[in-house]
Order: sequence, then C-alpha cells, then structure tokens
Amino acid sequence: MEYVIEMLGIRKQFGDFVANDNITLQLKKGEIHALLGENGAGKSTLMNVLFGLYQPEAGTIRVHGKEVKITDPNVANNLGIGMVHQHFMLVENFTVTENIILGSEPTKMGTINIKDASKEVQALSEKYSLNVEANAKIEDISVGMQQRVEILKTLYRGADIIIFDEPTASLTPQEITELMHIMKRLIEEGKSIILITHKLNEIMEVSDRVTVIRKGKGIGTVTTAETNPTELAELMVGRQVVFKTEKAPANPKEVVLQIDSLTVADNRGIDKVKNLNLTVRAGEIVGIAGIDGNGQSELIEAITGLRKVKGGKISLNGKDITGLKPRKITESGVGHIPQDRHKHGLVLDFPIGHNIALQTYYKKPISKSGVIDYKKVNEIARKIIEEYDVRSGEGEMSLARSLSGGNQQKAIIGREIDRNPDLLIAALPTRGLDVGAIEFIHKRLIEQRDKGKAVLLISFELDEVMNVSDQIAVIYDGYIIDTVNPQETTEQELGLLMAGQSLQRKKEKVGGENE
Amino acid sequence: MSKRLVNILVPLISIILGLIIGAIVMAVSGFNPIDGYIALWNGIFMDTYTMGETVRQITPYVFSGLAVAFAFRTGLFNIGVEGQLIMGWLAAAWVGQAFDLPAIIHLPLALLAAALAGALWAFIPGLLKAKLQVHEVIVTIMLNYTALHVANALIEVIADGGERTERIHETASLRSQFFESITDYSRLHWGFLLALIAVVIMWFILEKTTLGYELKSVGFNKNASQYAGMNVNKNIILAMVISGAFAGLGGAMEALGTFENMSKLHAMTGIGFDGIAVALLGANQPFGVLLGAILFGSLKNGGLNMPSEAGVPTEIVSIVIALIIFFVASGYIIRVALERFGKKRKEEK
Repeated sequence: MEYVIEMLGIRKQFGDFVANDNITLQLKKGEIHALLGENGAGKSTLMNVLFGLYQPEAGTIRVHGKEVKITDPNVANNLGIGMVHQHFMLVENFTVTENIILGSEPTKMGTINIKDASKEVQALSEKYSLNVEANAKIEDISVGMQQRVEILKTLYRGADIIIFDEPTASLTPQEITELMHIMKRLIEEGKSIILITHKLNEIMEVSDRVTVIRKGKGIGTVTTAETNPTELAELMVGRQVVFKTEKAPANPKEVVLQIDSLTVADNRGIDKVKNLNLTVRAGEIVGIAGIDGNGQSELIEAITGLRKVKGGKISLNGKDITGLKPRKITESGVGHIPQDRHKHGLVLDFPIGHNIALQTYYKKPISKSGVIDYKKVNEIARKIIEEYDVRSGEGEMSLARSLSGGNQQKAIIGREIDRNPDLLIAALPTRGLDVGAIEFIHKRLIEQRDKGKAVLLISFELDEVMNVSDQIAVIYDGYIIDTVNPQETTEQELGLLMAGQSLQRKKEKVGGENE
Repeated sequence: MSKRLVNILVPLISIILGLIIGAIVMAVSGFNPIDGYIALWNGIFMDTYTMGETVRQITPYVFSGLAVAFAFRTGLFNIGVEGQLIMGWLAAAWVGQAFDLPAIIHLPLALLAAALAGALWAFIPGLLKAKLQVHEVIVTIMLNYTALHVANALIEVIADGGERTERIHETASLRSQFFESITDYSRLHWGFLLALIAVVIMWFILEKTTLGYELKSVGFNKNASQYAGMNVNKNIILAMVISGAFAGLGGAMEALGTFENMSKLHAMTGIGFDGIAVALLGANQPFGVLLGAILFGSLKNGGLNMPSEAGVPTEIVSIVIALIIFFVASGYIIRVALERFGKKRKEEK
C-alpha cells in the first residue's frame, strides 16, 4: 500500500516539556485517518509539525515516499497539504472568493481578476458539492458554510491531503452530518484526510483507521472496523472509561428552585422564554433537553440575574429572587457553571488562582476591609486545583488562558461547588471536552445531588441528559413541552419532543385510552 | 543566557543603540555627536542646579504616566490625560491664590482640588462609555481641546482679563527653601515625594485591594465580571476617575511647584501625551512608569542644553531623544535577537 504521508518517529519538545515523543503516523492514499487523543495529548503539535509551523527535534517526514523538510506552511502548501483550522482564518467582511484567493491572488494586467476566480471557486464548490456561494460575504453565512469555505481554500490551492483540526467543535448536529458527507465525497475525488478529534462517534462513523496518542506518546494505529468506542476510549485515556455514569436512584426532597410562568426576552426584545414552569428539588438532577436556541440561554441568564425578567416568578428555597442582582442571587445559594467558559466563566488574562476567587474575592477570609489577601487566594486555589485535578504549567499562577479547555472547566466547577450552593446550574458543562474530563464532571454533578443539592443541567447532547438526569424537562420554543423520566423514555421520543411534537403523542395516548 | 542577564542587557543595549543611531543623525546633519552627547549629559547631571531641574521635570511625567497606565490596566485608553492635567493645573492655581489658609490646610486643599478637577474631566468620558458605549478615545481626545480653551477662558476671568493667574500664596506652594539651598536655586519642589507616594498608591490599589481586582477584571472581561456580580458600569467610571485624579495631580505639580501660577496656554503642554509613552516604556507597571518617567524627564531636560552648548538645533534634539525612546520601547526586538544569539552559541558548543 502506498502512503501519501509518513511521519516517522517524530519528537517535538518545548523546553523540558516533550509534546511529541517518537510518534509515527502513516496516511494511506484515499483514506480518512483519525488522530485521536485527549485535550493536550499533542495532536495539534504533531499537525503543526506536518504543516511546517514547528520543526521537529527528531524523526522524518515523507510525502509520496520522498523525504522532505517542511520549513514553513508555504512548503506544506506546495506539497499539497492543506489544513482546515479549528478557529477559522477568514476575513469577516470579505466575500468567499476574496477570502479564498487571499495570499495568492490571480491578477490580470496588475489588477485582481476576481471574476475568473469567483467562477473557479463556484466550479470547485459544485464539483465537491460544497454548496458555497462564491460572492457571499463571510459575516452573512453560517458557521457550517464558513468551514466549507476553509475546505474550498485548501482545494483551491491544490491540496490533496487535508487536515481537519477538531472540525465539529462549533457545528450543529445537522452541520456535522453534512460535514461527514463532504469528507466522504473528498475521498471519492481522490483526496486523503487526517481528522483530528476526540469524539469517538465521529471516528467510528467516517474514519478508516485511527492513530491514538496519549500524553505525547504514540499508542498505536488501529483499523476502525476492527475496534469499538470502548476500546478507543481506553487507548486514549489509558484506563477503563465508564460511559454510562453509575448512580443510585434519586431521593428528591423539598423544592429548591421554583419557576412560575417565566417570560424572558432576548436582546432584540423577542420573547425567548414563554410562560415557563419548572421545579427542581433537593437531591435530584433535572436535565433540560432541547435544540440550541429554544430559550435555554435566556432561561439560565434570568435565573442567575444576568438578564431582565419580563414576567413570572423565580423562587429559591421559597424566597423570591426574581430580578435580584447577580451577586444577591449567587449569595442566596446559586452556583453557576456558565455555558461559555471564556465569555462568562473566566477572566482569561488572570492567573487561574485569581479566577478561582472570582465569586469570593470580596468576602472573608480572602479580603478584609477592601484589601485582598492574595496568599489566602492562592492557598484556596491550590486546594481546589488539587481536589479537582486542574492541570497547568505553573499551578495557581498559570494564566487561565494557558490551560486546556477541560482544565479550565474543572477550575470553574471547583470554584462553584466549593461555595456549597443549594442549586447548581450546569450549562453545557462538558462542551468540547474529552471522555476523561466528561466522566469526571458527571461524577461531580451526581456527587452534589447525593449531598442533597439541587442540580439543573442544560445540555444539547442527548446522551448526557439521559445519562446524568433524574428527570428530563424538554424545552421547545421557550416553554417546557414535557417532563419525562429518563428510564422510561427513548432518544426517539426525546427527539420528537425537542422538535415540538408533544401534542401529537399525547393525542395518540388519549386515543389509545379511549379504545 | 540567563533570564536575569537578558533583563539587564535589554534596556542597556536599547539605550546604546538609540545613542548610536542618534549620533549618526547628528553627524549626517553636520553636528558633532560627541559634543552633542556631552551637552545632553551636562543638561542632566552637570551640577546640582541641573540635577534639581531634571528631577523637577521628571515629577509631572510620573503622574501623567501613572494616569495612562492605570487606565490601560483597567482596559481603558485614556488619551485625555493632557486635558485632565490642564484642569488640575488650573484648579490648583486658583485654590492656591484665592484663599488665605494655613499651609497644613491650604496645600492639601489645592492638591485635592487638582485631583478632583482631573477626576471630573475624566468622569465625563467614563460616564459616556458606561451608559452609552461611546468610545473613550474619541471623547478624551476632544476633551483635551475643550480643556485647553476652557482653561484659557477661565484664566482670563480669574486674572481680570490678564494673561496669567496671580502667584499662589506661599501656604499652597510645594517649593522649599531647603531644596533651593542644596540645588543652587533650581525649581525642585516636594512634588517628587508625592510622585513616589502616587507610585505606591497605584501599586497598592491594583495589586492589593478588592477595588483593583474588580477594575482589572472588568477591564479584561466585562461579561465574566458581570457574572461574578460586579457592577461593570460603576467600575468603568471609577477607573476613568482614578486615572483622571492622577492626571490632575500632575497638573498640580506645575501649579504648586514649577510655575506657581498658570499662564494662558497657546498649545497643549505635551506632558499628558508623553504620559502615553512613559506608560508604555514602563509596561504599565507603577514602578516601571517611574523608571520610564526618569528616562523621559532626564532626556527632555538634558535636551534643553544641547542647542546652547553644542549648537544642535532643537529639531535634531527631538529626533535624537525620540530615537533613544524608540529603541527602549522596541526592547522586544533586542530580546529576540539576544535569544537567537544565545541559541546559536549553544549549538556551536
């Protein structure tokens, strides 16, 4: 079998830290080769070596059997290697065509020949059924289409080896399905693909072979058809991973959170939460299932005081907290793991220790008459860092920005749980994390429940909602369309509810009883 | 190369490079660079008088640098230090001449008036930014001109149509006979001590207090700050106001120390704008600002001596000083070069 790319015994080191240690990856022509590893395992480093952004300390790279030295991305481009980055590299107010030709503009008598370029882009888009409009502006098109523009960019530059770096991280489920089709289509046209991911189901669905790396070391390459998610997870994490979170039956007690006919509007003044009712009791996890954009964000923001309530009432432990300031709500016993950890959860330019103090910096024992005792801040941070296994380069002094997503999230969870809140709101707590971190976080949520706390979980992942919750409230168009028991429901049923089809089901039930 | 050595070498090499390029500029323009630099040196250190004047020149730069740096650290770009300083100058000059009070009340009152005037002038852009999301850069720039002309108009009122305010009473002055006696009657005044205290105060606010924690947090990430229950708008306004107070005190140095009055200004003083460079030189750290101000103030004062002693015209002096500051500010380039150099040496071994 012919290999289009061979990376043999690659070693890359940053100071004393070995990011890649003797890793071998061989890409066959016409295959989708997955590169699997936890956050921070060294996947991106390896690909940056291939793309010429880093120079390896040892090892050889062969392209089409010929040994090469890839000194910068231009060399990679000329060798036919293209990369679709996780964070798109697009100019927002340029058109698709302008973005694609950027850096290698075709000219005609000294001016850019945008017409022919646009035709060429359109033709390429049709050939690979990418469905991209060549003259649309980037800011006007969806995230999924922006990604296809990135793919077009590599194709336009003549790439026949395409690296996808965590391509599904920001896509909706529909867009993910579409992307899978596109990858298969690219293979049919003779391209080869390296897919960097830590999502096992994606690997099982599209890849031909998988190379696993763990903590910078190559663990091995397996054929997808001969493996299963459990085995892959074990290879990746290095121990057994429990997919189905073990938990005892819930023991719900008094009502902690009571929401009565809540109405909340978004920034444009459109009602996003409409007459919503919800109850969360001590000792239970209520999961809110629903498709993104059905009012979940507005609901959480209203409970936590970050958004104005238009109508209705929110009570915590029997006390009305509607419309209170965020700090008052926090202090009355609410912990909040926000859905966007970079936007709301962390001050990325603060050390992680300062971030752990974000909700308590103004209180004793950390501060006294307006003066912060940073020794105390760091002491508390070290305790949480250890307890929640937050890994970072320089402990509590590392900038939050420098931590991987999983470790950032663990720090937030530690901070929120450490305050011992009666109600813990966890919004998309495992978004973008690998299986090891997901398992850890689920355990912590269940632990809170077992301590008699109320937990409200919001998630777009059906698996997660079904696994962790004791009760599932399905949100659709701003209200709770139905509440179901995870043991008695199926993914299909939830899917229908999430699409707003509850009435029909109820009618059928009623009809059945009549017969 | 050890990190410590690099940290010492970088500013040294920067200054030397700046001096070399500055020398080339002087030589090309037909002046003797050695004479020029001797004149610069003499302008800074020649005798106790020049040294006193140098420290006097450094003092307002410390304040304007702190004002810019404080805003920077809290996520704001205060280009209005110039205007706030002018308002502070005027307020201190007026309080200094309008009241008859014992020194123990009069001097603090004049300083307070200056800080308040600067704070008030900075409150306007802070309020507009917090409530209406108007960018502070635009408002502060425009308020510089407003301050200049408002101050000139008010001077006319205070001075009954004259060109300058009356000299302040001795009870409000920062000057001291002691300093005059040891520096051969230079205008060195107590202000430099206040500047040192201000450096410590800024450090304390930012690094030790909950207020500083909130201000920095809001500067870095408004959303997370709101999530953590901070009052974002209050903090934006407060950051501007504190920055403006530093600027206003810078003006008080001129009113109560250097000039002991205020004359109508034909143009901006430049101290506020130079504060931006001072803050950047000092990496927006309080003690860094102090060093930046020392460099800036020394060069500025030393440069005054170059035309008379070495015949170098003021335009060339400005270029030479700008070059030195340019190289100090681009220390990053030298740092990278040093690292490359260090690496090569290692490989050769």
